[in-house]
Amino acid sequence: MTPKKTKPRYRYRNWEISGHIVMTVLAVLAIAPFLLLIISSFTDEKVAISNGYSFFPEKFSLAAYRYILTQWQMIGRAYGVTIFITVVGTLAGVTMAGMLGYTLSKKDLPGRSLLLFIVVFVMFFNGGLTATYIIYTRIFHVKNTIFGLLLPNLLMNGYYVMMFRNYFENHVPKELIESAKIDGASESTTFFRIVVPVSMPMMVTIGMIVGLMYWNDWINGLYYLDLKSKLQPIQVILNNINENIRFLQNQDLATSSKLGYVELPSATVRMAIAVVGVLPLLCAFPFIQKWFVRGITEGALKG
Amino acid sequence: MNAKVELNEVRIIREKRRNFKQYIPLYLMALPGLTYLLINNYLPLYGMQIAFRKLDYAKGVFRGDFVGLQNFRFLFATDYAWIMIRNTVLYNLLFILVGTVFGLMAAILFNEIRDRAAKKTYQSFLLVPYVISWVIVSYLAFAFLSNDTGFINNSILKPLGIEPINFYQEPKYWPFILLFFNIWKGIGYSILMYTARLITISNELYEAAEIDSATKWQQIRYITIPMLKPVLIMMITLALGRIFYSDFGLFYQLPMNSGALYDVTTTIDVYTFRALMKLGDITMSSAAGVFQSVVGFILLLLANALVRKFSKDDAIF
Repeated sequence: MTPKKTKPRYRYRNWEISGHIVMTVLAVLAIAPFLLLIISSFTDEKVAISNGYSFFPEKFSLAAYRYILTQWQMIGRAYGVTIFITVVGTLAGVTMAGMLGYTLSKKDLPGRSLLLFIVVFVMFFNGGLTATYIIYTRIFHVKNTIFGLLLPNLLMNGYYVMMFRNYFENHVPKELIESAKIDGASESTTFFRIVVPVSMPMMVTIGMIVGLMYWNDWINGLYYLDLKSKLQPIQVILNNINENIRFLQNQDLATSSKLGYVELPSATVRMAIAVVGVLPLLCAFPFIQKWFVRGITEGALKG
Repeated sequence: MNAKVELNEVRIIREKRRNFKQYIPLYLMALPGLTYLLINNYLPLYGMQIAFRKLDYAKGVFRGDFVGLQNFRFLFATDYAWIMIRNTVLYNLLFILVGTVFGLMAAILFNEIRDRAAKKTYQSFLLVPYVISWVIVSYLAFAFLSNDTGFINNSILKPLGIEPINFYQEPKYWPFILLFFNIWKGIGYSILMYTARLITISNELYEAAEIDSATKWQQIRYITIPMLKPVLIMMITLALGRIFYSDFGLFYQLPMNSGALYDVTTTIDVYTFRALMKLGDITMSSAAGVFQSVVGFILLLLANALVRKFSKDDAIF
């Protein structure tokens, strides 16, 4: 805000100041837990155990990260899986939803209303967790395969398809498609060479949302991977650490020792692994925020 | 005459066929997406039948004897049926009520800020909780709530001379904790949804109100809130339509699946998961899942019909 523009007679200065105060408080509340997490991960283990996690620990230490470095194989592999499912899932999901949305944007398509119904019906009605699980495990045998992370629920849904359809209908000039057809381009060439480039804002918006879903997903890993699976993405590793601690809390030591794969980390290592898990997203967020805001306001996250 | 009609019909059929042929590439492009919907969404509908069958591994999950609604009777005979329905519905109502009030107040105040750069900064901070996973949130919450090493017990209660609280074993605190984190994660989203509508309000309205020397309160009461009404109605109705669904991550991750808290943290989604994956009780799990799908579907249809009445654009279909 340039001071020149501020009219001295602005009557609602008090409202604006309250707005700043409330927003500052909310922003601090939003960020403080992350600070505590990060500071805890740099805290000396003994200090953390005797004084608890603190914003101002008495002694800092890199021991937690040194331990994590010794586990680089596990963390590295987990990130490899996370990046793989994010990239593959996003590309495949956006392509499939985009193509389906393109077909549905053709108003003269025979059977269009039936196809629309097929897409929209399952936005409202689903078979439930258990039926989905049974189908994926008994018919498609995705348990402990990469498909168990890629396929269930995340790849695409009716919301993305409808957003694409609306965008193609309203923002892609008909003349552009017509002229491509006159030049003899096939439907798929028209789509990939003409429609996709002019629809990049929507492609990126939905791509960001699909990508974020894959990046953050721990539920598919919970359902479709055993605790000893080597395919665990980083979020699933974080979840399994919690599961191990749960076992200990429930005094079920006999079972927990069988889990073996993820060692029970100490107070600070636990926080350090969470930092490693969340840091890339925190760093990337300022750059993807614009697309994300667009996705929210345009309704991709309605459901 | 007759021959002419026939000829015409043949022509039309031929044309249709040619037309259809011309659309084949488009159908092919729709195929991958449709195949995925078939696998991910339509086959599970077929899978719902296990809720109506007796589980029989010898015959296969889909071949057990048909038992009608017996599985549902068993489900509703358990204590958890009532608990999970109560929790799901009440938490949703609580979140809708408190979330809407907080979101609305925050959005109105946010809208008073004229400094665009500051607004953008606030928005960035407030959206961070929205984009991280519930697993990460459970770690953040643990840093505060842990019995031995938590910030609250060590840095707040201890200096005040208050006995440490074993949060993960004490059900009475959890409605507040769950509410807090639900709003903490969602407030950035609410502000965004409301301000998207607020910026469409013409400044002239406010200027006219100022000339009539309306106070800010009056402006909010008579301009801002009426303008927000459509988006408010839409968000509340859609949330009511999803009142049978809960955020699995919130109720499973945040309490760390602690057994002592099951009474206040078990929602339908959590029960379905636990029955299937921890207890291996496919029958109860699928009965709960089907119950949720069917009731949820009816409620969502009702909600959508309501939204259509108020504003057609905001309806899902």
